[in-house]
Amino acid sequence: MRIRLFKEFIIEKLIFLSGIASILFVILIFVFLLKEGLSFFKEINLFKFISGKHWYPISEPEQFGILPMILGSLLVTLGAIIFAVPLSIGAAFYISEVAPGKIKDILKAGIEMLAAIPSVVLGFIGMITLVPLVKNVLHLPTGLTAFSGSIMLGLMSMPTIISISEDAINAVPKSYKEGALALGATRWQAMYRVTIYAALPGIIAASMLGIGRVIGETMAVMMITGNAAVIPHTFFQPVRTLTATIAAEMGETVYGSMHYYSLFAIGIILFIITFIINITADMVLHRKHK
Amino acid sequence: MGGVKTTTKQKIAFSVLFLCTLIVVLPVLFVLWAILKGGAPAINWQFLSTMPREGMREGGIYPAIIGTIYLVSLSVLFSLPIGLFAAIYLNEYAKDNLLTRLIRLAIVNLSGVSSVVYGLFGLALFVNFLKFGVSILSGALTLAIMNLPVIIIASTEALASVPFSFREVSLSLGASRWQTVRYSVLPNAIPGILTGAILSLARAAGETAPILFTVAAFYLPKLPKSIFDQAMALPYHLYIISTQIPNIKTEVRYGTALVLIGIVFSMNIFAVVIRAKFRKKKKW
Repeated sequence: MRIRLFKEFIIEKLIFLSGIASILFVILIFVFLLKEGLSFFKEINLFKFISGKHWYPISEPEQFGILPMILGSLLVTLGAIIFAVPLSIGAAFYISEVAPGKIKDILKAGIEMLAAIPSVVLGFIGMITLVPLVKNVLHLPTGLTAFSGSIMLGLMSMPTIISISEDAINAVPKSYKEGALALGATRWQAMYRVTIYAALPGIIAASMLGIGRVIGETMAVMMITGNAAVIPHTFFQPVRTLTATIAAEMGETVYGSMHYYSLFAIGIILFIITFIINITADMVLHRKHK
Repeated sequence: MGGVKTTTKQKIAFSVLFLCTLIVVLPVLFVLWAILKGGAPAINWQFLSTMPREGMREGGIYPAIIGTIYLVSLSVLFSLPIGLFAAIYLNEYAKDNLLTRLIRLAIVNLSGVSSVVYGLFGLALFVNFLKFGVSILSGALTLAIMNLPVIIIASTEALASVPFSFREVSLSLGASRWQTVRYSVLPNAIPGILTGAILSLARAAGETAPILFTVAAFYLPKLPKSIFDQAMALPYHLYIISTQIPNIKTEVRYGTALVLIGIVFSMNIFAVVIRAKFRKKKKW
């Protein structure tokens, strides 16, 4: 009996420890990014880092300005969201409100498949099909552009936006819709006059999580945006994102060099951006339950 | 009433919504078709079972396949116990308080951290600080932490779907809390937990950014001997041969993509089958 109690005591402690492990890991991630990144901010001030226009990490004198990459990330994200959000909301409404049972299952399976395709595979397919297409159709010198990246990232963010929006739409009390229908509204009128407003917090949160996904995406965007660390002026030129900078350059850095620390500094900025987006989205979702 | 009839409006609106959905789903079919068509000619026993040669331009992708299998199996060994226990805590033990709220926020946040930031974290903690070096162990641990939210969320759902009465009966018979979880809740949640674990494995198999600086060997035509060795991995291999190696046959690239997609999708399908079987057998 006592052995059993002792065993249960140990197991329940382990359960508790695993429970708080997620908090521990978030803290660990932040601490270790800071540990490496803070040495960088001792030398270079944060404002200069963010507003600097030139990124020459290994030339003499070295320059660490990430403005081009910040703008690159913003441009690609903006492009992705412009087309992904409306399409995803439309698809979410179709799947949850219009599609008949069997078709609904097929469409949902298709979207799950999209979510399952590894980023590097989409990057590869993008390089081989989308990039030449963009080049030829728009008569550009290269197809490796922010525009191509936006299309691919938009596609990758859709499963997130669709599934969370769909949950939000399904969570709208049936009585709302039935009330509208009883007053003589068509199903479509009930949808765009009633359901969408009731589901709005969820849809906004879904879009935010989609944005978070796009900003953090690495492989596909690195493979198809051309990786030019210059300030972009249009959608149709090569750009480089924050994530791609880390992924492309970390392999060449010397451990303990300024270049090495600077990539961690970018990591801190990315971590903080996604942290704010995710926490805010979660709060928007959470508020709904009150 | 003037203007277009409302039923016509509805028809148009529904067609537009349908079109939106098509634009999302059709690219999936296109990607799968393109990879299948381009990659199928490259797939043969030799491609799957031999070492790469001539700077990866010739030979097979055997070490990359093995590397990926090692990585994901080791990562699930870490993430499944912690993830499952965390789910048990959240669903069976946690009270509705600040700590629980913080845990949920942490999970949301973990699932939103960029994959390349996980790579940085793995490099700083496992490779440099704990001195595991660039190794399978470092990569597997990085992937494990990255996959934790997937396993926790799936397992919590599986546990939550077990009816409350199961617990009441067990507790009323004098069983302790842990006995109740162990003998009356867990057995009924196993299929759901398994599904989550397999889905997380599939995701880990396709991830590139977290293993860029923690495991991946550019070109290593031999098998790893221990978890402290570097290894090749399929997604990284695909990245390398698509961007860094010029004059390589496109067939080889497509073939590698096909093998990767094949592994990821077969795991997904396996998970779906388990889920479907479970639903049929459901006793409540």
